[in-house]
Amino acid sequence: MANLTHLTIKQALDGLKKKEFTASQLVEEHIKASEAARHLNCYITETFDAARAEAKESDKRYAAGKPLPLDGIPIAMKDLYCTEGVQTTAASNILKGFKPPYESTVSAQLKRDGTISLGKANLDEFAMGSSNTTSAYGNVINPWKRKGDNKDLVPGGSSGGSAAAVAARIAMGATGTDTGGSIRQPAAFCGITGIKPTYGRCSRFGIIAFASSLDQAGPFGKDVEDCALLLKSMAGWDPKDSTCVNLPVPDYAAALGQSAKGLRVGIPKEYRVEGTSPEIIALWEKAAAMLKDAGAEIVDVSLPHTKYALHAYYVVAPAECSSNLARYDGVRFGARVEGDNLIDTYENTREKGFGREVRRRILIGTYVLSAGYYDAYYNKARKVRKLIWNDFIEAYKKCDVLLTPTAPTAAFAIGENQSDPVTMYLNDVFTIPASMAGMPGMSVPVGLSSDGLPLGIQLIGQPFKEETLFRAAHALEQAAKFTAVPQNIVGKAA
Amino acid sequence: MSYIVKGEKGDWEVVIGLEVHAQVLTKSKLFSGASADFGAAPNTQVSPVDAGMPGMLPVINRDCIEKAVRTGLGLNAAINRVSVFERKNYFYPDLPQGYQISQYQQPIVGNGEIEIDLPDGTIKKVGIERLHLEQDAGKSLHDQHPSKSYVDLNRSGNPLMEIVSKPDMRSPEEAGAYVTKLRSIVRYLETCDGNMDEGSMRCDVNVSVRKHGAELGTRCEIKNVNSVRFVQQAIEYEAKRQVEVIEGGGKIVQETRLFDTKNGTTRSMRSKEDAHDYRYFPDPDLLPLIVENDFVEGVRKSMPELPDTKKKRFIEGFGLSAYDAGGLVAEKERAVYFEEAAKGRDAKLVANWLLTELLGALHKAEKELKDSPVSAKQLGELVGLISDNTISGRIAKEVFAEMFGTSKNAGDIVEARGLKQVTDTGAIEKIVIEVLKENPDKVAEYKGGKDKLFGFFVGSVLKKSGGKANPGMVNDLLKKKLEE
Amino acid sequence: MSIDKNTVSRIAKLARIKVPEEDKETLARELSNILKMIEELNAVNTDGVEPLTSVVQMQMHAREDKVTDGGIPEKILANAPEQTAGFFVVPKVVE
Ligand SMILES: [Mg+2]
Ligand SMILES: [Zn+2]
Repeated sequence: MANLTHLTIKQALDGLKKKEFTASQLVEEHIKASEAARHLNCYITETFDAARAEAKESDKRYAAGKPLPLDGIPIAMKDLYCTEGVQTTAASNILKGFKPPYESTVSAQLKRDGTISLGKANLDEFAMGSSNTTSAYGNVINPWKRKGDNKDLVPGGSSGGSAAAVAARIAMGATGTDTGGSIRQPAAFCGITGIKPTYGRCSRFGIIAFASSLDQAGPFGKDVEDCALLLKSMAGWDPKDSTCVNLPVPDYAAALGQSAKGLRVGIPKEYRVEGTSPEIIALWEKAAAMLKDAGAEIVDVSLPHTKYALHAYYVVAPAECSSNLARYDGVRFGARVEGDNLIDTYENTREKGFGREVRRRILIGTYVLSAGYYDAYYNKARKVRKLIWNDFIEAYKKCDVLLTPTAPTAAFAIGENQSDPVTMYLNDVFTIPASMAGMPGMSVPVGLSSDGLPLGIQLIGQPFKEETLFRAAHALEQAAKFTAVPQNIVGKAA
Repeated sequence: MSYIVKGEKGDWEVVIGLEVHAQVLTKSKLFSGASADFGAAPNTQVSPVDAGMPGMLPVINRDCIEKAVRTGLGLNAAINRVSVFERKNYFYPDLPQGYQISQYQQPIVGNGEIEIDLPDGTIKKVGIERLHLEQDAGKSLHDQHPSKSYVDLNRSGNPLMEIVSKPDMRSPEEAGAYVTKLRSIVRYLETCDGNMDEGSMRCDVNVSVRKHGAELGTRCEIKNVNSVRFVQQAIEYEAKRQVEVIEGGGKIVQETRLFDTKNGTTRSMRSKEDAHDYRYFPDPDLLPLIVENDFVEGVRKSMPELPDTKKKRFIEGFGLSAYDAGGLVAEKERAVYFEEAAKGRDAKLVANWLLTELLGALHKAEKELKDSPVSAKQLGELVGLISDNTISGRIAKEVFAEMFGTSKNAGDIVEARGLKQVTDTGAIEKIVIEVLKENPDKVAEYKGGKDKLFGFFVGSVLKKSGGKANPGMVNDLLKKKLEE
Repeated sequence: MSIDKNTVSRIAKLARIKVPEEDKETLARELSNILKMIEELNAVNTDGVEPLTSVVQMQMHAREDKVTDGGIPEKILANAPEQTAGFFVVPKVVE
C-alpha cells in the first residue's frame, strides 16, 4: 500500500470507495505522520483519539455502501473555529482552556460530510499576523527549507498551522480564515493551494472574530480540486450570520473540466510593487503566458487605488478588532488575572492575556475610533474602501479574473522581515485589496525560487463567481505542473 | 399655569427633556432567540450570543422592527427607510460584548409629536426627537457580597426602544403627563407593556434651568427614574439644586445623576463619568436596516385607534365631558369596557357609574378592571334599569353593591329582593296620607309658610316605601295633598 | 499626527489594557509609525464618496420572534473564572 499521506482528497475518496484501504488506515497514517512532524508545531490541540473513533464510524458507512461526500478524510481545523467541547484558543493565552458549548457552522458542515478533524491548528494569535510567530503556543515551522540552509522558515500566517499541516502531508486538507491574506499567503509560502471565497459565501458563525467585515473562511488543499471539494462542504447560507449570503452552492469541482479558452485574465499594472522579488515578477509573467497558451485572453487593467488598500486595511481591521476583542475581559470565560479592583482586573487580564501584536492592534484601533479621529481615520478608510471596490467592479468590465503575485517574497526565516510592524504588514500588500473589496482570491503554487522555495500566484475572481476562479486556477495548475514537496517529506514519499 | 422655581435672585424656568427606554413587547431578544421574559432564575434566559461568547453573531428579531415602526407611527413620527446599528463601546461586567448594539447617527424613527393632557384640562404638544432600537444590558447585583458583584445576563440583549423627547417640558406636571401619555400610547399599540415597576419603561430625565427667555442652561441627566411620581420629585429637587448652585455663584457641570427614592434627592454618578469615549462605529456584523414604504403602509393600516382620537370620538359621539372622556381613554381596558357597557344605554350615565362607582369599588377591593366581578354587560343592564325607572339611583347603589359581591345580574337582584319602584298612584297616595296624618304640626308649620319642610315630607314618604316609591310621583302627590 | 506617551496611556485606559511605564516609549514609537503609514490615505481624494457600509449588497435577513435558545445556564457558566449560585462573579463594582 502506497504512502496514503501523499494522496489527494479525490484520490483518497476513490481508494476508500474501492476498499483499497479503510478510513481507519487513512486516519492512522496521518496521525503517525503528525506525531513524526510535531517539531513543526502545527497543532495546538490534537484530537487523535476522537479521530480514530470517527474513522471507525466512517468505516461502517463505507462497509454499508453509504459513505458521506467526504467520508473519512482527515483534516486540520484552524483553532479559530469554535468546536463544541474541544478547547478553542485562537492561539491566545486569554482563551486557554476555553471549551465552547457550540460548534461553528463551517466545522459542523465538514463533520456532516464525513471529514475527520485531527486537531486544532496553530495560528497567529487571533489571526493577527503573516508569519505565525504571534501564537501563544509557539511558532509554526514551515516544512520547506532553503537549499543548503537549515534555518527554520515561517509558514506564513495567520493560518500557518493549517498550511504547514497540508504541506507536510499530516492532514489531507485544512480550514483557514482569511482577513487580509491569511489563507492565500501561507498557501504560497507552503507550496499548496488555498482559496478565500467571496465575503458572505461561508458562515462566520462560531469562528472567532478578528475583523468582522473582512473575515472569511476557506480551505487549503494539495491541489485546486481538493479545495473545490472542501469549499463545497464549507460554503452556504446560514441564518445565524446576518452577513452570509443566501445563494445556492454550485458543484465547484465540476467547473474544473472546462478549459481556459475565452477566459479573460486581467493583469493589474498597479501590482508591480517595488520591493517585490524579481523572481516573483518573472513567475507572474510566466503564469500569464501559461494561461495565454491555454487559450485565455490576457488584458491589461488598472486598479488605481491598490496602493491605498494596505493603509485603509490598517485602519478598518484594527478598529473592528479593538471592539471584537473587548469581550475578552475575564468575566465569563477565559483567563482572569485578578487586580485590586474591577478595572485593575480588566487591565491585568488583558495585558497578560493578549500578546504584543494583538495589544498593538487593539490600541491603534481604539485610537482611530476615539473621539475626534473617527472621520479622519475610520470614515476616510471606509470611503477609500468604496473606491477600491469600485476599482474591481470597473476592472471586471474588461476581464473575468485578475492574475497577480500572492506575496512579495518567498517564505522568510523566523525573525526576518519583522524589524518593525510596518515592514511586516507589507507581506499582505497583494492580498489585502481583494479582502477590502470582499472579492474571492486563490493562491496556486506555480514554481520554485532559486533557493528552492515554493512561490504562489494569486487569482482574484468576481463576487460569488468562484466557479470561474476554480476554472482559471485549474488551468494554471495544469500548465504549471507544480509537483515539488518539502525536502524532509520526500524521503517519506518513497 | 407656568411652573417657576423661586430663587433668592428671582424666578427661574425649568427645561425638561426625557429619554424613555421602553422594552419592546416580544417573546425573544433583539438579536438572539433567548426568552425576553421578566423574573427568571439567573442566567437561564441567556444564549451564547447574549453572553458575548467568541464567534457569536447577532441576528435581528423581525418583530422588533415592526413594533418600532408601529410605535413611530403612534408618535406621529417620520420612519427612516435606512437605519444603521452601531456599537457603543465601553467596559462593564453586565455588558458582555464590551459594546452595546444601538442606533446612533441613523435611528429607525425620526421627528414626531404627541399631545399631553394637563391637570387643568389644557393640552400641550411635546416634540419627539427620535426613537431607536438598542440592546438592554444585564444586571449587576452589588449588595450580595462585601467585595464582589454578581452578574445576571437574563436581561442582556432584551429589545429596547429609546424614545427621546425634545426639551419641550417646563414643569414636573408636564413631564408626568408626558410619561403617562407615552405609556398609554405604547399600551394601546401593544408594543410595550408599560410595566414601570418591572422596568419595562425607564426614564432618563434631562433637567436644566434658565432665566425666562434666556439661552438653555447646562443640563444634568438623571438616570433610571422608574415611576411618574419619582420623575416629578426628581425634577423638583434637581431644579432647586441647580438654582441654588448658580445663585451661589457656582456652575452646573453636565453629568449623570442618580435619583435616590428614599429621600427624593439626586446625586452625581462619577463612576460612569470616567472615559466617556464610546467609539461608536457601524456594527460590521449587521447590514443597514431597510424599511420599505409598503411595509410601513401595511403597519399604518393595522394601527388601532389611539387615546386622542378615541377621546374626541367619546366627546362628540357620546356627548361626554372632556374630563370623563379623558378618564375613560387613559387606560385601554377602561375604554373597551365603557364602549361595551354603553351599547344602547345612556352613555353619560354609564361613564359616571364606571368612573365613580365601579372604579371606586375596584380600588377599595384592590382589583384591576380586567378582573372586575361586574362585567360591562352587567353594568349596562344596571344603568338600563335606572333609565327606564325600574329602580331609583339610590336603590341602584344597593343593587350594585350586591352585584360587586356576587356577580349576579342587576335584574335578578331587583326581582329577588322586590326592589322594583312603586309607580302605582294609589299605593303612593296611601303612604302620603299616612305621613301627613302622623305629622299634623309639621303640616301646619308648612302651611304657615315653612316651605323647606317639603323635603322632610318627601324623605319620610320614600322611607316608608322602603325607597321604592318613584320620587317624582311622590313630589306631585305631596304638593297636591298639601294644597288641599 | 504622532502618538506620545500620554496618548498611549489614554487609549490603553480606554482599551482596558495595562501598559507598564517602561513600554510606553517603544509603543508610542511603533503606533506612530503605523499611524504615519495610515495617514498616506490623506493623499486620496474622497470628496463626495459614500463610505462603504458592507461588501455584501443585500437586504438583511430578520429572524422570526420565537424562543429558540437559552435555558442552558450550566453551559453559559461552564467557562466562568468565578461563579456562585448561577451568577457570574466579579470584583465589586464601585458605584
Ligand atoms: Mg440615552
Ligand atoms: Zn439607551
